[in-house]
Amino acid sequence: MSAKKKDKANGEVLLEMHGLRIDGQAEDEWHEIVKGIDIILHRGEVLGLIGESGAGKSTAGLAAMGFARPGCRISGGSIVFDGIDLMSASEEEKRKLRGVRIAYVAQSAAAAFNPAHKLIEQFCETPVEHGKSSKAQAEADAKDLYKRLLLPDPDHIGFRYPHQVSGGQLQRAMTAMALSCRPDLIIFDEPTTALDVTTQIEVLVTIRDIVRQFNAAAIYITHDLAVVAQMADRIMVLRYGELDEQADTEKMMSDPQQDYTKTLWAVRSFQKQPAGAPTDPTPLIKVDHVTAGYGPVNVLHDISFEIHRGQTVGVVGESGSGKSTAARVITGLLPPKQGQVLVNGEALPGDYRKRAKEQLRHAQMIYQMADTAVNPRHRIREIIGRPLSFYLGMKGAKLEKRICELLDMIELEPGEFIDRFPGELSGGQKQRICIARALAAEPKFIICDEVTSALDQIVAEGILKLLDRLQRELDLSYMFITHDLATIRAIADEVIVMLQGRIVEHGPCKEMFTPPHHEYTDLLLSSVPEMDPNWLDGLLKQRQERGVMASTSSS
Amino acid sequence: MSDSIDTTAAQTADALPPPPKQGRLSTAWRELKKAPLSAKFGLLVIFGYVFVALFAPMLTPYGESEIVGPEFEPWGEGFVLGTDNLGRDMLTRLLYGARNTIGIAFVTTCLAFLIGGVAGILAAALSGWVDQVLSRLVDILMAIPALIFALLLLTIFGTSIPTLIVIIAVLDSTRVFRLARAVSLNVVVMDFVEAARLRGERITWITIREVLPNIMPPLVAEFGLRFCFVFLTIAALSFLGLGIQPPTADWGSMVRDNATLITYGDVTPLLPAGAIALLTVGVNFVVDWFLHKTSGLRE
Repeated sequence: MSAKKKDKANGEVLLEMHGLRIDGQAEDEWHEIVKGIDIILHRGEVLGLIGESGAGKSTAGLAAMGFARPGCRISGGSIVFDGIDLMSASEEEKRKLRGVRIAYVAQSAAAAFNPAHKLIEQFCETPVEHGKSSKAQAEADAKDLYKRLLLPDPDHIGFRYPHQVSGGQLQRAMTAMALSCRPDLIIFDEPTTALDVTTQIEVLVTIRDIVRQFNAAAIYITHDLAVVAQMADRIMVLRYGELDEQADTEKMMSDPQQDYTKTLWAVRSFQKQPAGAPTDPTPLIKVDHVTAGYGPVNVLHDISFEIHRGQTVGVVGESGSGKSTAARVITGLLPPKQGQVLVNGEALPGDYRKRAKEQLRHAQMIYQMADTAVNPRHRIREIIGRPLSFYLGMKGAKLEKRICELLDMIELEPGEFIDRFPGELSGGQKQRICIARALAAEPKFIICDEVTSALDQIVAEGILKLLDRLQRELDLSYMFITHDLATIRAIADEVIVMLQGRIVEHGPCKEMFTPPHHEYTDLLLSSVPEMDPNWLDGLLKQRQERGVMASTSSS
Repeated sequence: MSDSIDTTAAQTADALPPPPKQGRLSTAWRELKKAPLSAKFGLLVIFGYVFVALFAPMLTPYGESEIVGPEFEPWGEGFVLGTDNLGRDMLTRLLYGARNTIGIAFVTTCLAFLIGGVAGILAAALSGWVDQVLSRLVDILMAIPALIFALLLLTIFGTSIPTLIVIIAVLDSTRVFRLARAVSLNVVVMDFVEAARLRGERITWITIREVLPNIMPPLVAEFGLRFCFVFLTIAALSFLGLGIQPPTADWGSMVRDNATLITYGDVTPLLPAGAIALLTVGVNFVVDWFLHKTSGLRE
């Protein structure tokens, strides 16, 4: 059994929240978003809060500091932190607790740091401001913590600005900052969601070790079950602002009770039916020895791959590996410096402005952020209707009928959705609209650029199933870009692994997931968190034995 | 079979309640009722001015440049606000002045927005050398103090109303250009604009259908402010004698014509100035409210 499980339940109670109710304001009306949750946290215990977005987990986490976001208010219940009633405490009393005894680590470290100040200055602010230590002491402490969090060059890294370090390093610097006053309670709000798998693992390891070293209690908020299984002693599943299920990690992972929890657990089980071997000898898309980049810097170095009709090619790699650049070359947004892109054996002009309308029509794109991919001032009718009238010259009743057909195809009720604005849709529905817009052009080939990474797992699975069904019905080919290997495993026929602008491994999906792998593929595969709560310990042991350190990603 | 069940589950988990169905008019009315007092006051002022400007001939007792009595007659029977330096009725001139000054300022502002807005969005959407040429041109125009430049150009081209409108519109369009370009730059990098480009859309579609609707709120707010500035510029030019020419009634020149009265402790010459001030305040109240509303919506 892992060491973290020892004696945690016996510790004294640090935080007690009973019947917590929080209201959120929308259009001048108050809606209850947290509906009576009880949270009890013992000293030295790590509690995992999971649920989809909108389940109220972040709101509940922040309430542990007696804090409600602007537009929210705590309307009921009790919050007692180490004998202090936070509901009746004055702002001044709460201010003394925050950052000193209760610390918060936000999801996006890049957005949470002030870009105008050096890391170490921001580190020193809290302890100096609260009179905990002098500036010099705080700086010495910062260096010590940076070292313990395994940041490179701990004596000097603090004197860099936030943009001068990588995302993973920044997240660790933020954890260090949270620890600056040795808090009793740390709230981690999705601290690794924005990171690559290989970086994520480093941050997870350091966070877990540091929490253990300081015997702090922690609330770990995430939507990723596999991650929470590694971090938490106890897991609470939230849904619609209510507690769905609560149990110790081991029990929760092996024997979930509630139906909803079971669906969460089963979500990664989707597996598409593999497409047969390509029938047509000419590939639909052929990327032929392409070198491309921005200015004098080359991002892609002599890459070649093929996509056949009816197949899905998954492209994986961490950020900066050139996956999205490859997509930009195919779409013509970035003309290659060398090499070319061929469609059905015919070379395409490098620049999209020189391509014919037909050539543009056959390659469509679906983006990661559905929010920015549709014009917020256009109605769904216009978003989907424009490619129809633009490419296919549809008008009037015929256009209307086709829009409805497309909405049916993406499983949205036409009558209800056709006149809505994108702002009136949820994230998953918006992504479906993007799919419909791509389909409207009647393409042969669709590039999906991280289409599910901004979505919750259940919603993401729905999108994957939809894409798979459409592929079978319409004989589409996909280029599926993602950093999530579970998604690749679910949907790809062929996999391309990219690293620093080069293809390091390429082959059918099945072969990719069975050894032997390229060294980097192996690192990627082994970094994907698994549901087994002992996975992280096992992996660390394995890596130590083999001397492989997960440090290739610190770019 | 299991496929369809799962997707419905995903849908319910992910669905938003349908928005309340309402017409634009009723939404606007509801918004208006919630507006702060200052905004309501501003709207009232603006509507009052527009009404006066539209119906000036029906509201005034005399003709616009008709000499109806002795010079500098005091307030009283027959001439509610007295007469001016040539014996024309002050009230009549004030009401006609609303029509002329506001009308010209409105046309000028529209023209300035047409020139500056289109150029600004194009500069952002096309970037490259188009952006460079337009931006540098604007820099040059802005380097010269606006009022002096306007005086210079008016002396060169003469002081007819069309030249006045064109000159002020061109000078003011530089400010509009800068704003339109700045806000458009934030929009043209969005994925939906990239999607439109990849679809093969022409630049006119991208500017009008994709970019313009997304930059409307700041532009509308700026329209209100610009309108005030244009209005003040025209009044200032008229006061200096290079704006709207007599006998056309205009608030700026009315202040100048009757300025002598101020030395005798009469407030009559300040009435046109007060009319200018009141409208400026009203427009600014409305603009403030509008900006506040739209910035809140974007959150």
